[in-house]
Amino acid sequence: MKPVLELNQLQVSLHSRKQNHELVKGVTFSVMQGECLGILGESGSGKSMSMKAAMGILDKNFLVSGSAKFLGEELIGKSSEELRGLRGGKIGMVLQNPITCFDPLYRIGNQISETFMAHRKWGAKEIRERSIAMLNKMKIRNPEEVLEKYPHQLSGGMLQRIMIGIATSMKPSLLIADEPTTAIDAITQFEILNELVDIKKNYKVAMIFISHDLNAISRVADRIVVLNQGTVVDQGDFHHIIHHATDPYTRLLIEKRTDVMRRYKLALQGGV
Amino acid sequence: MKRYVIRRLLLAIPLLFAISFICFMFINLIPSNPAEVALRVQQMPVITEEAIAEMEEMLGLNKPFFVRYLDWLVGCLQGDFGISYVNPARTVAGEILRSLPATLQLAGASFVIVIVLSIPIGFLCAIYKDGWFDRIMRGAVFVTTAMPPYWVGLLLMWAIGVKLGWLPTNGNGTWQHLILPAFTVGLSYISTYIRLIRNNMLENMKQDYVLYANVRGLPQKSIWVKHVLKNSMHTCIVAMGMSIPQLISGTIVVENVFSWPGLGTLCISSIFNRDYPVIQTYVLLIGVLFVVFNLVFDILQTVSDPRLRKEN
Amino acid sequence: MSKRFFQNKTAVFTTLIVLVVALIGILAPVIAPNDPYETNIINKFAGYSMEYPLGTDQLGRCVLSRMIYGIRPTLGLAALTMVGTIGIGAVLGIMAGYFRGIVEEVIMRIVDVMLSFPSQIMVFAVVALLGVSVQNVIIANVFIKWAWYARMIRTGVMQYRDKNFVQFSCCVGMPERFILFRHLLPSITSDLAVLASLDIGWAIINISTLSFLGLGVQAPTPEWGAMLNEAKEVLTSNPTQMIAPGVAIVALVCCFNLMGDALRDVLDPKEVK
Repeated sequence: MKPVLELNQLQVSLHSRKQNHELVKGVTFSVMQGECLGILGESGSGKSMSMKAAMGILDKNFLVSGSAKFLGEELIGKSSEELRGLRGGKIGMVLQNPITCFDPLYRIGNQISETFMAHRKWGAKEIRERSIAMLNKMKIRNPEEVLEKYPHQLSGGMLQRIMIGIATSMKPSLLIADEPTTAIDAITQFEILNELVDIKKNYKVAMIFISHDLNAISRVADRIVVLNQGTVVDQGDFHHIIHHATDPYTRLLIEKRTDVMRRYKLALQGGV
Repeated sequence: MKRYVIRRLLLAIPLLFAISFICFMFINLIPSNPAEVALRVQQMPVITEEAIAEMEEMLGLNKPFFVRYLDWLVGCLQGDFGISYVNPARTVAGEILRSLPATLQLAGASFVIVIVLSIPIGFLCAIYKDGWFDRIMRGAVFVTTAMPPYWVGLLLMWAIGVKLGWLPTNGNGTWQHLILPAFTVGLSYISTYIRLIRNNMLENMKQDYVLYANVRGLPQKSIWVKHVLKNSMHTCIVAMGMSIPQLISGTIVVENVFSWPGLGTLCISSIFNRDYPVIQTYVLLIGVLFVVFNLVFDILQTVSDPRLRKEN
Repeated sequence: MSKRFFQNKTAVFTTLIVLVVALIGILAPVIAPNDPYETNIINKFAGYSMEYPLGTDQLGRCVLSRMIYGIRPTLGLAALTMVGTIGIGAVLGIMAGYFRGIVEEVIMRIVDVMLSFPSQIMVFAVVALLGVSVQNVIIANVFIKWAWYARMIRTGVMQYRDKNFVQFSCCVGMPERFILFRHLLPSITSDLAVLASLDIGWAIINISTLSFLGLGVQAPTPEWGAMLNEAKEVLTSNPTQMIAPGVAIVALVCCFNLMGDALRDVLDPKEVK
């Protein structure tokens, strides 16, 4: 079986007047259909940078080299119009700050329908029906009313679900979730993660889940890639990472997490 | 929302009072006796005590200060701004009204030129950032902000009016007469707004909503026009609206260069003739316009922003 | 800081230009090839020559000499305006920021009213009120500009007031005057330097505008704005006469604007990438 997305020695550097700053130094990994790959790393480790580079949404100050193949097609060097057709269509993406990701001056319905119009030739009526169906599927109450709301009138969790809805409504082959749980509260985080697990089960998409949170990753990811300062330092399933990771940086992340878990268990048992 | 508008309106009232008071003070701060000045200006051969007293009586100068202020204020509200020193047969209101249309015409035309030129140029500079167009425009903006408007007027007058003979250089009447002075008035504002729109759009392009619009695969044109331009215009519209009174006051110099028979020409000749009531009314008019335009565009901005507008 | 200054080419270059221009103005009697007032009606509108490098004007006076003498009022008056503006703005701004309470209320309300007037009109109003003369032009320009500085300096003072070293000086019992001049003033000078170099260009344009309209420096005195006023009268017969003063104003103002931007980079390390 062919991998849905395959990165091979992908490099990104920031080109400025004085020097070239290497941000991603040759990253290689791949993700299969129906599989969820977790990318773990701190902010600045290059995890969302490498995804953005593959999708062609970095501006021209960044130099991208290496290879990124989507369903066997090379993405690097593709024209921006071709990439645009893939984004939001075959490749869905969910970003981390739902509240700032929607244009504050337009109603939600408008922003959903402009996305549909960019990829399908649907009439106004069909767009509206599909928007409502999509919101229903995302378990949002009163979808008709929500379509008429402005982004600031909705909660972060709701907007995040709308984002997931938009990303999945085009039946993508690949869904990239870039820190989707960082900016929202704990209970909504739980719901969003469940949503993603459901999508993975029902839609048979390949999913890439980017996070610095080992807990969140462990809930959805089948396989984990650990990035540190632009290079892959560890790879394997959750069990492997927890018990057999050799990289000191990975160990540090794991110890922090197990430490939190230990205290949490202690607290549950009544002692502090 | 309603409360905000009312609060803004109420806050404007003391400001209007302060402005009117300063304008009134202005005529009372003249080092010499206004009645005497009025007589001198009318070229009375011998200025006698009686003549001064008579003039004081006529101008109402013998009443206490605050009574005079109130009288004047009430007069202003009724459209009576007093009489011209130079020609007592003429009212100030009449003088101003006679020159106002020409100035409004000029300011209006230059506002249109400013909008028509600065928005597209600023937009193109932003989307082709660091390209050749952006570089040329940035240079042009830098130089034009350092150019005194009257010199620009002279250059245009000579190059386009005299040398090429395309447009008339003096007087008014037709739309051809309007182009050169209107462009001269607008030039410094054009460069200001090109810079404002460009920087504002670049700032907006860094926002998450643009990234997300790209992620959703929206057409590039739609991202630029529908999202980035609209969001930037939102901020720039206030600055543009508030520049209208400045455009009107900016005509003062340019009118002089192009012999445009408007408020500016009236104001300058009044300064030379020491016709204080005319100057006073002119300053009052511009001050009030300033406050009113500030108010209107501030409220407009609030109304047009869904985040600030409360929907019930 | 001086090291950063000398590393910034624009800052050094523009400062040098301004200094050279100022020096030429000061040494005008030595440098100018001719007497700027000497009329020679037979030789009017002369072209470029060895004797008159920039030609002569409508009265046969040497344009170059008039340009060189014109530096004195143009640059001098602008500098004087800035000194006055910063002086008044600093005194009132520091008072408002430091003493707070009723003093601040009164000063800031006056500032608000001042800022709500379009400045260009106020200049004309003040000149009209005080009469046409050079000193009144300066007064008028200071009058409309001080409020900006007062507000900026007050904000600066309020920010620095809460910083540790100022509070420490208070605690160890330094007199207030000492705190003001020893600590607060140096802290806000960098902001002031940037703003002042940007505004001096504005002052040059403003003063030359008034002279152009005949409300500032009067006719025989060589000043760039007044020279343009004379050039306007002979626009059709001798159009080249308006080139030199206009270009000089634009160049000098551009120079000050560049200097302001460069100084900002030098003085504010945060802005530098």
